Amino acid sequence: MDKILTNTATELSKKLESGEITSVQLVAKYLEHIEEIEPTIKAFITITKEQALRDAQASDQRRKEGKPLSKWDGIPIALKDNLSTKGVKTTCGSLMLENYIPPYDATVVERLKNNGLIILGKTNMDEFAMGSSTESSAFYPTRNPKNISKVPGGSSGGSAACVAAYEVPWALGTDTGGSVRGPASFCGVIGLKPTYGSVSRYGVVSYASSLDQVGWFTRSVGDAAALFQLISGYDPKDSTSVKVEDISSLESSVTGGVEGLTIGVIKECFGEELNPQVCRSVRASVEKLKEAGANIVEISLPFADIAIETYYIISTAEASSNLARFDGVRYGLRVPAEDVVSMFTKTRSQGFGEEVKRRIILGTHVLSAGNYDKYYRKAQKIRTAMKKEFTKVFEQVDLLITPTTPTTAFGFGEKQDPLHMYITDIYTVIVNLIGAPAISLPCGLDKESMPIGLQIIGKHFDEKTLLQAAHTLENLLDQEVEM
Amino acid sequence: MSSKYEVIIGLEIHVELLTKSKIFCGCKTDFGASPNSQCCPICLGLPGTLPVLNAKAVEYAIRAGLGLNCEIAEYSVFDRKNYFYPDLAKAYQTSQSDYPICGKGRVYYDLDQERYSCGITRAHLEEEAGKLVHSGDSIIGSSYSLVDYNRAGIPLIEIVTEPDLRSPQQAKAFLEQLKNILQYLEVSDCRMEEGSLRCDANISLRPFGEQDFRPKVEIKNLNSFRAVERALEYEVQRQTAIYDQNERVIQETRTWDENRGVTVSMRSKEEAEDYRYFPEPDLVPLIISTEWIEEVKKDMPELPLAKKDRLIEQYALSDYDANLIVSDKNIAAFFEETLTIYGESVEKAKTVTNWLTGEFFRLLNSEGIESKDSKVTPKALGDLLKAVDEQVINGKIAKEVFEEMFLTGKDPSQIIEERGLQQISDPAQLLAVIERILESNQKNVEEYKAGKEKIFGFFVGQVMKETKGKANPALVNQLLKQALDSTDGRA
Ligand SMILES: [Zn+2]
Repeated sequence: MDKILTNTATELSKKLESGEITSVQLVAKYLEHIEEIEPTIKAFITITKEQALRDAQASDQRRKEGKPLSKWDGIPIALKDNLSTKGVKTTCGSLMLENYIPPYDATVVERLKNNGLIILGKTNMDEFAMGSSTESSAFYPTRNPKNISKVPGGSSGGSAACVAAYEVPWALGTDTGGSVRGPASFCGVIGLKPTYGSVSRYGVVSYASSLDQVGWFTRSVGDAAALFQLISGYDPKDSTSVKVEDISSLESSVTGGVEGLTIGVIKECFGEELNPQVCRSVRASVEKLKEAGANIVEISLPFADIAIETYYIISTAEASSNLARFDGVRYGLRVPAEDVVSMFTKTRSQGFGEEVKRRIILGTHVLSAGNYDKYYRKAQKIRTAMKKEFTKVFEQVDLLITPTTPTTAFGFGEKQDPLHMYITDIYTVIVNLIGAPAISLPCGLDKESMPIGLQIIGKHFDEKTLLQAAHTLENLLDQEVEM
Repeated sequence: MSSKYEVIIGLEIHVELLTKSKIFCGCKTDFGASPNSQCCPICLGLPGTLPVLNAKAVEYAIRAGLGLNCEIAEYSVFDRKNYFYPDLAKAYQTSQSDYPICGKGRVYYDLDQERYSCGITRAHLEEEAGKLVHSGDSIIGSSYSLVDYNRAGIPLIEIVTEPDLRSPQQAKAFLEQLKNILQYLEVSDCRMEEGSLRCDANISLRPFGEQDFRPKVEIKNLNSFRAVERALEYEVQRQTAIYDQNERVIQETRTWDENRGVTVSMRSKEEAEDYRYFPEPDLVPLIISTEWIEEVKKDMPELPLAKKDRLIEQYALSDYDANLIVSDKNIAAFFEETLTIYGESVEKAKTVTNWLTGEFFRLLNSEGIESKDSKVTPKALGDLLKAVDEQVINGKIAKEVFEEMFLTGKDPSQIIEERGLQQISDPAQLLAVIERILESNQKNVEEYKAGKEKIFGFFVGQVMKETKGKANPALVNQLLKQALDSTDGRA
């Protein structure tokens, strides 16, 4: 593998700018590497080779004319396969959409294209983003590049794996309950889930609308900040998107330290389900932050204990409605039948996998007459209370820290019981419930050399402080590796 | 009609709003466009698309709400109504459940010169579904069905009334008033035949004096106001017969069979669907400022009933005439504008009323056009009536002129000029004609003189014929009488 493939996007940007390499050369190198390792990793569902090379040519032409669309012009990226791409299959990892080609681009895709980024392909995922291991993909599981007998995490497992395997410098995923942070933790890369509303959801195939958020995988905090600058911001096509403050200086400001910042460690996230090695590693990182001048306090958030239950009621309720449109009438799979109701039934029975069906049934149940108050309304009340509690906590602290996942990456087929699988997201779902931004970054390795992830949670729309602390920790941990 | 039982009726009315674009996307809403030519990824519910609320639809809903005297909610919420049907692209309809945009209101209406009112429970905003075309009679048993999503996403308001209507006639009169109000507000064209107004009716009976409501029946498939009335009349009879036999009415949904003139059972309450409403997470709550409501209020036109009362007060119109005039906002406007040209007085108002409800309505009917599409302007009619008053033309010629105005849009003066229709009021000219007629009809003159005075009309007719109807009728009468009464038959 060419060493340039291990560069961050920021480094590549400089090389493209200086003319050290062209976009066509870069894309060709990535495609060559992809061809070589994809049979093992299986991070992609679709590789848009020809289009990528054409786009790279156009990018080089722009650079030659001195008119690059941005400093990122010509840098490759991969997209999770639930982001709508005009003219390119968007399967959501499901048989239901195996051959679905959208006629429009998601806003985030549009913004990437407008900045000259080159899309290399669409990545594998748990079906409709429902899962924590990418095993529920209807096509094939993706393997963890750090150890191919392990899962990459999910649901954005393909995007995490392709960044970890140097198939792209960065990739977009989506995070509804931890689907970016979880796989980032399992694959040893950085995963950012920005504040709900800061990045447009237009064109993101909905799983749970009030929780879904586009996030991304990078190999440096600086790159994570750069992508935030590139694609965040108000979108008139998304009523839940918000006008965010000027973030033009974000990328450069992440270099500030943690001195004087108060960081809360959530007590409830260090319970009995937490693997001791993960616990040690996260605690050690907290110590480093303390040494670097952060004020560390222990915080109790009793609601954290019921976050997973709350999450599964709200997310499945919304999913049951969001996924109802896959009925065989307009696009995607249609299983012919003698009448329309049988057609609906057969199409949905054959088009959806087991986990998707489980969540649709659960969501339908919690919304049905007689259950609504018991489950859905109650969960919404808890969610409101959680938001209030977090607001209070954030009056005392600037950031919160937890492990990203209770364990490191597990083996294929290891979590047969859905409830065991759901536990993977136990520390991440609460962030989606309150809508705050969070980042997962690698903070060590376990005995099997599998990466351990640490989660930092920030205040709403304060990605700046979040990235600043993440960057500091990144540097502290890098020094450790060098020592 | 029953006398033992009190009839209790409530209505649910769906009205399409006349916005130029759809409620959650920018697609056009034109009626009659070729199938699926007015759709986009959003109204087709393609994966990943999101709704963005059309502010115009909100404004129209506020306008409609104010017209129905509803409270306008400063906070309202969109919900998803979940059900599967091929015309519903997202498999849920974005609607409003617990927090509708319009709260309680009241609509006043007249029936047989009495004034009634009906409470409005609520009115909420929602989106239309697409339209299915079956190869057979219905979706069941058709070899295929086609779906047109042009209609999907057109904004609708659903208006729910209180059970305040006490007869099928009241229901019909209420509906006519509601339609009239919404047309005055220009928020909907309310065309039942095009489906831009649809109505379901709930009806139950109870013995007079009983407090509790008895099971109600919901009637669907009502395609005209007349159908609403007939279906309700049928239900009154059907339920009366059931109670007369000491049996129970089943709470159910029935469909109106227009051809057979009966209602037929569709489904009972137990089979009712669970729509699993929940707040639409893709939209934020709708907050309407007091300033916005005030702004819409400022722009409200005079509504039909207020106009009717004023016209009666101002011009002494009969209840019947006033109803006719205000039942069409274009006619009402035409009426008042004509009076400003012609002159505002009780007599002139009567004349204009007669012209509008007579000639104008006759021509609209025979040409099959709507009042808004007529070529006649109030100015032209005012000028025509002035010409009659000033004896430039007579009333009979005026009808001819009016017909040409109606068909061509020309000014009356131009038509009169071009066709030489000025009234002949020159006595010498008329006398010459009269003399000629008397001379060539000596026999009739003798009969008249012998006392057969009825024959006078014959002579008038002859003069009119000779002058192509242009003779001043009063002058003809006068001159003719003088001529016949003189001994030798000469003036
Ligand atoms: Zn549309």
